[in-house]
Amino acid sequence: MSDSPLPAAIYRTDRALRDGFWIRALLLTLALGFLLLFLFLPLIAVFVEAFAKGYGLFLESITEPDALSAVRLTLLVAAIAVPFNLVVGVAAAWAIAKFEFRGKSLLISFIDLPFSVSPVISGLVYVLLFGAQGFLGPWLKAHDIEIIFALPGLVLATIFVTFPFVARELIPHMQALGSSDEEAALTLGASPWRTFLTITLPNVKWSLFYGVLLCNARAMGEFGAVTVVSGRIRGLTTTMPLHVEILYNEYNSVAAFAVASLLAGLALVTLALKTYLEWHFADAISAKSRH
Amino acid sequence: MAGPSISFTSRRGDCVAVTASSWRQPSILPGFGLSLAITISALSLIVLIPLAALFLKAASAGPADIWAIITSARTQAALRLSFGAALFSAILNAIFGLIIAWVLVRYRFPGRRLLDAAVDLPFALPTAVAGIALASIYAPNGWIGALLAPYNIKVAYTPLGVMVALVFIGLPFVVRTVQPVLEEADADIEEAAALLGASRLRTIFRVILPGIVPALLTGFVLAFARAVGEYGSVIFIAGNVPMFSEIAPLLIVIRLEQFDYAGASVVATIMLIVSFALILAINGIQSWSRGRLGHV
Amino acid sequence: MSVAVTIESVQKSFSNFAALRGVSLDVQPGELVALLGPSGSGKTTLLRLIAGLEQADDGRVLFDETDTRRLSLRERRIGFVFQHYALFRHMDVASNIAFGLKARPRSERPSASEISRRVSELLELVQLGGLERRFPTQLSGGQRQRVALARALAIEPRVLLLDEPFGALDAKVRKDLRGWLRDLHRRTGHTTLFVTHDQEEALELADRVAILNDGRLEQVGSPDDVYDHPATPFVCEFLGEANKLPVEVVGGQAFFGNRPVLGGLQQNQGGAASLYVRPQHMRIVDDTPLALPGVVEDLRRNGPLRRAEVAVEGLIRRIDVDLASQVAPAIGERVRLRITHGSLFAAA
Repeated sequence: MSDSPLPAAIYRTDRALRDGFWIRALLLTLALGFLLLFLFLPLIAVFVEAFAKGYGLFLESITEPDALSAVRLTLLVAAIAVPFNLVVGVAAAWAIAKFEFRGKSLLISFIDLPFSVSPVISGLVYVLLFGAQGFLGPWLKAHDIEIIFALPGLVLATIFVTFPFVARELIPHMQALGSSDEEAALTLGASPWRTFLTITLPNVKWSLFYGVLLCNARAMGEFGAVTVVSGRIRGLTTTMPLHVEILYNEYNSVAAFAVASLLAGLALVTLALKTYLEWHFADAISAKSRH
Repeated sequence: MAGPSISFTSRRGDCVAVTASSWRQPSILPGFGLSLAITISALSLIVLIPLAALFLKAASAGPADIWAIITSARTQAALRLSFGAALFSAILNAIFGLIIAWVLVRYRFPGRRLLDAAVDLPFALPTAVAGIALASIYAPNGWIGALLAPYNIKVAYTPLGVMVALVFIGLPFVVRTVQPVLEEADADIEEAAALLGASRLRTIFRVILPGIVPALLTGFVLAFARAVGEYGSVIFIAGNVPMFSEIAPLLIVIRLEQFDYAGASVVATIMLIVSFALILAINGIQSWSRGRLGHV
Repeated sequence: MSVAVTIESVQKSFSNFAALRGVSLDVQPGELVALLGPSGSGKTTLLRLIAGLEQADDGRVLFDETDTRRLSLRERRIGFVFQHYALFRHMDVASNIAFGLKARPRSERPSASEISRRVSELLELVQLGGLERRFPTQLSGGQRQRVALARALAIEPRVLLLDEPFGALDAKVRKDLRGWLRDLHRRTGHTTLFVTHDQEEALELADRVAILNDGRLEQVGSPDDVYDHPATPFVCEFLGEANKLPVEVVGGQAFFGNRPVLGGLQQNQGGAASLYVRPQHMRIVDDTPLALPGVVEDLRRNGPLRRAEVAVEGLIRRIDVDLASQVAPAIGERVRLRITHGSLFAAA
């Protein structure tokens, strides 16, 4: 800038509006250094460790039966929990965004509640209800129903943890859109279902997809809540994150990181899709509700 | 005037016609009952009833036992570590989160959009994956651990390691709450300040930063709340030595594995009450900010 | 096809806010009526009530003889044009217009070819032929407005309702569309109500204007009627500029101070009153017994007219006077003003 032909007055105005070169350099270095240290190094470490002993061992680690069954279980849990939260999230968003009623803000706080509960507690509450010594434990045992240390427990804990995601994305978007499209469709003679399916859903499809994407990422990656309800029965009740933990604690670092790299891959795909959605449908997704 | 006959009357609203159910405003849109029923049933079954069970279980322990659990040295140490490390990491995140948000919003440099996207990595990366990655980097023989070892600084398997993990998972909160406010802050405020003769520093500290404080506080509390309850990313790097590097959520898991449901419930309840207080704090900050600044 | 709309003392409150406090209005079949008022006057609420988008707390709306409370939205057959059009963004123009036809139950639904014929017909009617495959975001504001209108007309509505139909358009387009809508109404003959806050628009377009204020109907009448014979001070001030003079009525004459300014009044009652006079109803005269003396303080151009601001002793606000083209007073000149037409309201 020093050899710039600009008159001195303009140069000084510029200085008052912009950070000086050294400030910029300092802040940029701090930001990049911090992100490198805390974000990029761990991510790189996952893949480096996964391939530390070569491609063969990596492949072996992710194709052994226990790993495969962990993948299957993770997909199964997500396949139940995500659609459940999709339906409930859409219902909640419809009620909250389209109607005025007393107690609405309390309802919103309740829906957001799982975000502020420790994942461990999210699992614990189900153990207290359905565990062997839980409130309903004896009854469940008498009727031979297994919830804790079995699939239903994993699903319940996952639903709890991911409960707010879809509603959280939809509510601000639906509120911003208002109700005039629906009113127009109804005055034109459309039935309620037709209005919902052909007007409301297409209007919010991108924020819905965004919510489902985040919900799914969390569902597949959840660790704390499922730790508590899983019982970690190898090959039976271990999802991928739990399988990672078991392998790591057995000092089987390569296998642990190999499975972890699959989850990291999922995270990267999620991030890429999420970023794509934010860039291309920014107006359809309320940027403020990113989390 | 050759129009049709006009009749018009206009009278005072002397008839009191209050709608029967005044808890909701009538609307012609369909599906209120159904959608609210689904929402409330799911919310009750999945969230509210199970949480109530937790409080019930904790309360059933009896005052003496509850007091004993709370005051036990191990519980106290775990809570102190969880809250202390969370506080420290949230402060660090507030400082660096603000810098990162500033850099992302105000500076143009190659790779900025990529960096912006990467900030959300801690949201997307499963905590267990982050946990083992951080543990391997900061272990004495890890990439960074080995650099620090000669200076006798141990990160992994100490409270410092807990903080590292909590910084990682709390990072996006501050950036993502401050960023939109910075983006929306009109350049003309700064221009006005500059034209009024303010120096750059004065503009930043007197004009720009005060507008960001509520968002910064919100992000700080969010990061703190998340850090207090964090489990997955911490337990691998913490070493989990009782009374030294054992966090409260882990203590809950350990009590549970010992079938000490009451012990687990009491610790969990304390943490929940703190979480609720934090939610209230956030709501307080936001309504205060809305009242004063018109935005969050 | 068009029906008479009868509104019988409807009331509507939202939470603690009374939007309509008992409004009655009869609209003849085929009539074009403007609902005019400031924001918060209840005009949009009234429109939504007729459409069935809100329900009245009390009172009722009739289409011919039918109480609309017994009709579903579909049965009402209302063509509603929303303020921001509410076009379905993910559908092209043709699908938007065809929506109401396709939404009919199978037994009443026209065939696909019939629907597409109707769509092109309507697009011709609103002068958008050939734009079937465009999406709403690819249209200008005026075009969107016309698509919204075509969509509303597609269901062969019995009543056409338009909420601030020109509110979102810029001034030039607004003017063009006004004439066009007037034309269209003449051709199609729908019973039409439209909401506006723009008095010029209401006066130019409507057969009759209904002026609302604070949830009550102030006056209904033809544009000439309401403009020249406002029923209330509110109507007078809302419809156009007016100078307000506090006067005393005695013996068929209105006195400002002790000076008679208006004579030949029929009313036998006297007392304090407010006299409202539009700038074009003030004239600078040489000599007349009934006149208001003042000093020209400023001269301005006001559109096609020139306007003088005249200070009158005893009044804080200056009097606005539109000048005839041959009159050219100078600033500082003493003049006498004659009132050619005014509205007198007993002081509250």
